[in-house]
Amino acid sequence: MLYTFSKGGIHPPEHKISSDSRIRDLQIPASVVIPLSQHLGAPARPVVNKGDVVKTGQLIAKGDGFVSSNVHASVSGKIVKIDKAVDLSGYQRPAVFIETADDEWDETIDRNPALATVISLESHDIISRIGEMGVVGLGGATFPSHVKLSVPRGKKAEVLIINGVECEPYLTSDHALMIEKGEEIMMGIQILRKALGVEKVIVGIENNKPDAIRNLSVIAKKYQAVKVAGLKVKYPQGGEKQLIKALINREVPSGGLPVDVGAVAFNVGTAFAVYEAIQKNKPLFERIVTVTGKSLKKPSNFRVRIGTPVSALIEAAGGLPEDTGKIIAGGPMMGKALASTDVPVVKGCSGILLLPENESKRNRIEPCIRCSKCVSVCPMGLEPYLLMSLSQKDMFDRLEEEKVMDCIECGSCSYTCPAKRPLLDYIRLGKARVGKIIRSRKKPA
Amino acid sequence: MTSTILYPVIALSALGLLAAVVLYLVAQRFRVFEDPRIDEVEEALPGANCGGCGYAGCRNFAEALVNSESFEGLYCPVGGNETMEAVARILGRESTAKEPQVAVLRCNGSCEYRPKINQYDGVSSCAVASALYGGDTGCQYGCLGLGDCVEVCTFDALHMDPVTGLPVVDDDKCTACGACVKACPRNLFELRKRWKGNKKIYVACMNEDKGGIARKNCSVACIGCAKCFKVCPYEAITMNNNLAFIDSYKCKLCRKCVLECPTASILEIGFPPRKEKTSEGVGEARIEKEKTKGTDA
Amino acid sequence: MSQLLTISPSPHVFGQKTVKSLMTGVIIALIPTFLMSVFIFGIGTLIVTSVAVVTCVLTEYLIQKYLMHTETRIGDGSAIVTGLLLAFNLPSNLPWWIIILGSVFAIGIGKMVYGGLGNNPFNPAIVGRVFLLISFPVQMTSWPLPIASRMQYVNAITGATPLGIMKEGLRNGEALTDLSGQIPGHMELFLGHMSGSLGEVSAIALLLGFVWLLYKRIITWHIPVVIIATVFSFTGILWLIDPVHNASPVFHILTGGLMIGAIFMATDLVTSPMTKAGMILYALGIGIITVVIRVFGAYPEGVSFAILIMNAFVPLINRTMKPKRFGKEVKYG
Repeated sequence: MLYTFSKGGIHPPEHKISSDSRIRDLQIPASVVIPLSQHLGAPARPVVNKGDVVKTGQLIAKGDGFVSSNVHASVSGKIVKIDKAVDLSGYQRPAVFIETADDEWDETIDRNPALATVISLESHDIISRIGEMGVVGLGGATFPSHVKLSVPRGKKAEVLIINGVECEPYLTSDHALMIEKGEEIMMGIQILRKALGVEKVIVGIENNKPDAIRNLSVIAKKYQAVKVAGLKVKYPQGGEKQLIKALINREVPSGGLPVDVGAVAFNVGTAFAVYEAIQKNKPLFERIVTVTGKSLKKPSNFRVRIGTPVSALIEAAGGLPEDTGKIIAGGPMMGKALASTDVPVVKGCSGILLLPENESKRNRIEPCIRCSKCVSVCPMGLEPYLLMSLSQKDMFDRLEEEKVMDCIECGSCSYTCPAKRPLLDYIRLGKARVGKIIRSRKKPA
Repeated sequence: MTSTILYPVIALSALGLLAAVVLYLVAQRFRVFEDPRIDEVEEALPGANCGGCGYAGCRNFAEALVNSESFEGLYCPVGGNETMEAVARILGRESTAKEPQVAVLRCNGSCEYRPKINQYDGVSSCAVASALYGGDTGCQYGCLGLGDCVEVCTFDALHMDPVTGLPVVDDDKCTACGACVKACPRNLFELRKRWKGNKKIYVACMNEDKGGIARKNCSVACIGCAKCFKVCPYEAITMNNNLAFIDSYKCKLCRKCVLECPTASILEIGFPPRKEKTSEGVGEARIEKEKTKGTDA
Repeated sequence: MSQLLTISPSPHVFGQKTVKSLMTGVIIALIPTFLMSVFIFGIGTLIVTSVAVVTCVLTEYLIQKYLMHTETRIGDGSAIVTGLLLAFNLPSNLPWWIIILGSVFAIGIGKMVYGGLGNNPFNPAIVGRVFLLISFPVQMTSWPLPIASRMQYVNAITGATPLGIMKEGLRNGEALTDLSGQIPGHMELFLGHMSGSLGEVSAIALLLGFVWLLYKRIITWHIPVVIIATVFSFTGILWLIDPVHNASPVFHILTGGLMIGAIFMATDLVTSPMTKAGMILYALGIGIITVVIRVFGAYPEGVSFAILIMNAFVPLINRTMKPKRFGKEVKYG
């Protein structure tokens, strides 16, 4: 039986053209730019100075506050400057510039590729080590993992959900990881399980990746109470709330966290990073990135050092095609369009997608014909057509009433709209403004 | 025959009378007391409901005026001093005069000076574009040119210039209500002192990048060289974050800074044209720019 | 790379459906009905349909171009759909100038005064039809006989619709059993061998269109099925109580404009509710009002009025019938 979530959802063409490519190591670039804000929460504070020489894996910036994350050097070399650089956000933000000298790793990192199966640390130590190693959610939201693992008092995690859905079209980085690093992912799951103190584990994988399901199912047999579940292909199943609904049929309450229904969810990539952080003492300074596009010569999955410019990835995949009209960091549904290829790869960047010119422009906006398709595809049970017009009219009270804050920005509404209306553009704007109002209300007057 | 006409007329008249009586009684019974001065004050206000005073509309503002002790913090930028005096007369208070203001756009990065490095293809809204990224030029502080300010201006004082791609303030129509100041996600509008003849001198740039980067992205960017700061005899210019700012209340319109600026980012508007003579080589940049420039922003 | 990179907010890919493709789908769904109508009413169908469609498209074009000064959007096909639906709700012997009046009214007053496509609260085709029904009651209720008058247009031989026969008979105090000789059998009703508006007679052709609309996911099943089920059960109850003076439920769903109303008119995207629950409530209302008008009202037919009345409730339904939100609300933080 295949699991899926009940409400809304769409079926965009999958285009997983890079799924056959094995993970290849990308050449270490001559210089890297490591943004200090690669995670949700406060930017990290640099602990190195201009002119310092750092080793690969050395801490260069410390998380500032509880919801923040450490940042490590991804190459060894000299810190050229600490300055602003345009990152994925499209704005200039503080970053550390390192000129690569060599690839000399920090001595504390265990570079032995053999699988380490003994988990020696206790729950509390695991969580703080994960924090030290700068592990964040690699599915895209980049929420610091140690924060997620610290279950608030009075709540209890019952199920650990592992997200191998990869519902975004084109992307295959998680798929490649599940094929090649299944054992490590499973060990990572054991570590997370120990940290949370939960028994039950469900790994959710969409059934357009039968080889990944097969691989992980076989490995899962070695462990107790780990279930690998096949999921019906439907976007946005990789959304945390949708996945939890699909696998254990519980709905995360509006404004609540998954742990409110006893679930904690991690991406397979995060599970792998957790394995490396705990068993190999290796900080998060590289990740798997899919480089793909219909006109690209060699769509591939690369292991990339954080801070590598996007241009290096495209070069390694066969060069920038002549007809490129849009470069997207992430998938086509939720990814961010890039203004240039000089932008560095960050922890949350799961793919680089090149769209040809004829696919990169939007269509003409037509009047809303009230066909209600947006309402029927919304996975959160919202009314996008209404939210858009309320947002255009600055009606923030109504927006809040209509649950604009529940929007997960999956883009299903904009995708499906026959009149090609920019529903999500305005909903996102309304959400940001309502969010501001709510925050100012919370602050004591 | 008469009955078919007469009866409906009688019946309807009776019904109308009855409804009138009921309405009158209800109006008497459920009357809400309201300070009659609120109506008077509202009458004196411009009635544009622009929200420039910070209230939702003129009615709200009138209520606030009547209920407040003094006019501290309450000012109608549209009606100006005249209106405030009228209100003061109604309420029997003293009004505090304020100098008239006008909105200026602190960006001069037209297509010519600030080359596009990508094409924006989202909805035509500065707020949406600004939330998305730094903009379609290298400057992440400058005007996005999508016209949110034009949209909110209730006085028809803002228009997009199709050539420069920047909004233009119509000084005569601008009431300094401040709607554009709030609407601009880049905070490019500033309310400045309104000089006679709409003379203006201001730094038309908000770029806080270091000089080289700013200059690379926009040829009329303020590079933070502080030459204007040094030359200003009235201490009207302050430097902050690689950016010069001219305080319109301290400025005496001497125009020394304009000549000094190497990137011509300080604009002078409403002055008679200068002679094409430069003293000691300064102001070359300005003259160069003026040759290629059409109408000023 | 010949051009600058394009930047826009996500999503970056879009579905295949467009307003045009939806309208084209509806037009295709109407083809069986049209062919059947040509077979039954002949030349009249061709004239009425073409006059209505051409007038609707032209009216929309002229209004957009010279009154509204906006981009002309006749390419989206919505005016064609309105013209087709209006024509399908008219008798096939209607003089051409009445059709033109109705079409201009349907587009002008029914749609464009509200700002055009998407903003009209009432189904424009029904607005046009009801306008004509009230203004030209004689012409609008003279129905050509099926098959027999295929080669005639305005001077076709006319007869009454089954619903009209029933209403008239019951009014004269006759029992239904006495009328059965004048009313076609169920199979004939199903195929469309009866007098009536040119698009409403053939249930089988309309059902074919319904299947197409469902297959193409242009509409959902909710509105048509609930309307037909409501009419069936309501008239069924009445029939069980008094079979002498009430027609059978099968007769009710096969006659008059119920099928075309339920499948094509009530499901008009613009004027129907946005949520599934709202659609069911709306369809329920249409069904009940239709039967009330047919059985207790002065007109033999009530689908058009029922849809118009429920159209008026749609904003209210949208305001109250919300989709089921994901996750219960909790106080948090």
